[in-house]
Amino acid sequence: MRRGLNVWLILGYAFLYVPVILLVATSFNPSRLTTVLTGFSWRWYAALWANEKLIAAAWLSLRIAALSATGAAVLGTAAGLALARFGSFAGRRVFGGLIAARLVLPDVLVGLSLLLLFVQLEAWVGWPAGRGALTITLAHISVSLAYVAVVIEARLADAGTELEQAAMDLGASPLKAFWFVTAPLLAPAIVSGWLLAFTLSLDDLVVATFVSGPGASTLPIVVFSALRLGVTPELNALATVILAVVTVALGSAWALQRRRG
Amino acid sequence: MNRAFVLAPVWAWLLLFVAAPVAITVALAFGTSTPGVPPYTPLLHEPDGANFAVLVADFYYGSAAVQSLILATAASALCLLIGYPMALAIARAPERWRSLLLLLVMLPFWTGFLLRVTAWIGLLRDGGWLDAALGLVGIGAPHLLYTRWAMAIGVTYAYLPFMILPLYARLSKQDPALEDAAADLGAGQWTVLRTVTWPLSWPGVVAGLALVFIPAMGEYVIPELLGGPAAQTLGRALWNEFFTNRDWPMAAALATALLAALLGPILYFRRSAA
Repeated sequence: MRRGLNVWLILGYAFLYVPVILLVATSFNPSRLTTVLTGFSWRWYAALWANEKLIAAAWLSLRIAALSATGAAVLGTAAGLALARFGSFAGRRVFGGLIAARLVLPDVLVGLSLLLLFVQLEAWVGWPAGRGALTITLAHISVSLAYVAVVIEARLADAGTELEQAAMDLGASPLKAFWFVTAPLLAPAIVSGWLLAFTLSLDDLVVATFVSGPGASTLPIVVFSALRLGVTPELNALATVILAVVTVALGSAWALQRRRG
Repeated sequence: MNRAFVLAPVWAWLLLFVAAPVAITVALAFGTSTPGVPPYTPLLHEPDGANFAVLVADFYYGSAAVQSLILATAASALCLLIGYPMALAIARAPERWRSLLLLLVMLPFWTGFLLRVTAWIGLLRDGGWLDAALGLVGIGAPHLLYTRWAMAIGVTYAYLPFMILPLYARLSKQDPALEDAAADLGAGQWTVLRTVTWPLSWPGVVAGLALVFIPAMGEYVIPELLGGPAAQTLGRALWNEFFTNRDWPMAAALATALLAALLGPILYFRRSAA
């Protein structure tokens, strides 16, 4: 059984990685045909570098992702803290229900309902005026905060309350106990929550399409409209660049954690 | 620490950006579309159920619901079938390897959803990579692209990490002594799996199924890219209602119906997994 499980695990990784490997391989292929490998070339990377529309969209997406991940990390940490540490507060079930619902609701539902909110808010109070980067950021915070909350809640549930209790027994105020004991314990979870929120934002097409306006085209929006005209090796080159950056970042984070732990 | 100071901003955010949008959507579902900005009559001004009558009467929406249900069910089953043994293998691997093995599950997830799904077009299309590979062993072309199979494979591929992570979280917390005890008492490997490991991992199974099934019911991108024109799922129906027909109240009615249908699964997920 042990061996059977490991064989299955390798097959599972093959399922996950074969499309990624083909994507990387075609990005170095000089031919426009994506199924025949004929040689090695940087042609599509040069084309990618020269594509100003794609670069501008990537830049906008990165800024929205960084901002919304930061907002989601703050609110999600507060939400996770409330769920894990506050016992039964008024409305806890509704609170948890809203977070769980946001975690699983289909994108089209989230996108449509947030767009309607922004349209109504503009009609009622005049804010947010129009739609664009601001509304996309707000929408992404409200989606990602649920993911961050779950990560934080799980971490706090694992950690137990003994250390905080000990700090308070020794005379620390609850605020001090949080700042000097709980926060350092939570730091890795907050970082992974931030990274998750960042990725979700960078990857989101559906919600962004609903709540964006003219002039605010994020990377997935531009990529999707290009895909409708057919796959180009240029887009595969883009995916390869993203993959390389992510692999290096995550690989070094893993190595660092392993050396420390 | 003052609890209200922590709770108030989150409550405000959840009410404004989660609860209020849903309330507005439900209200708009009873409205009427008009030309103008915004393209509907004022909210709750002479509400009627005309949109829902259309939803029930028009065969197109019923067929979309069935297509989405088949897709979401098939993808959840495939994710569980592929993901459970993977999660178990990772949870039982030597401890120092576990975080790397989990990272390998997450890594493709960080490479751009759209482009990963598109990679399947190159794999599945006629004359694509899969045809070439099958041709080498003498099997004919299966013509998968733009079929239900392509959609199910695409959704399974995209959502697999969401199945593996909760399963792993549950399986890695199980006390291995329980499995050892069952084995010591004479249970075979399959009996241990069936009577100890699987029942103990049930909350993880429910969480994984919910994280795949519920979002897959409204999936738009994968049917659009891999399903071909015949694949009119709920996600595509809603998208077209909004972006192509510009009938916002009808899109809101579809969203409301989808939400009502998903409420049961969401509550079950909340009770048994969270």
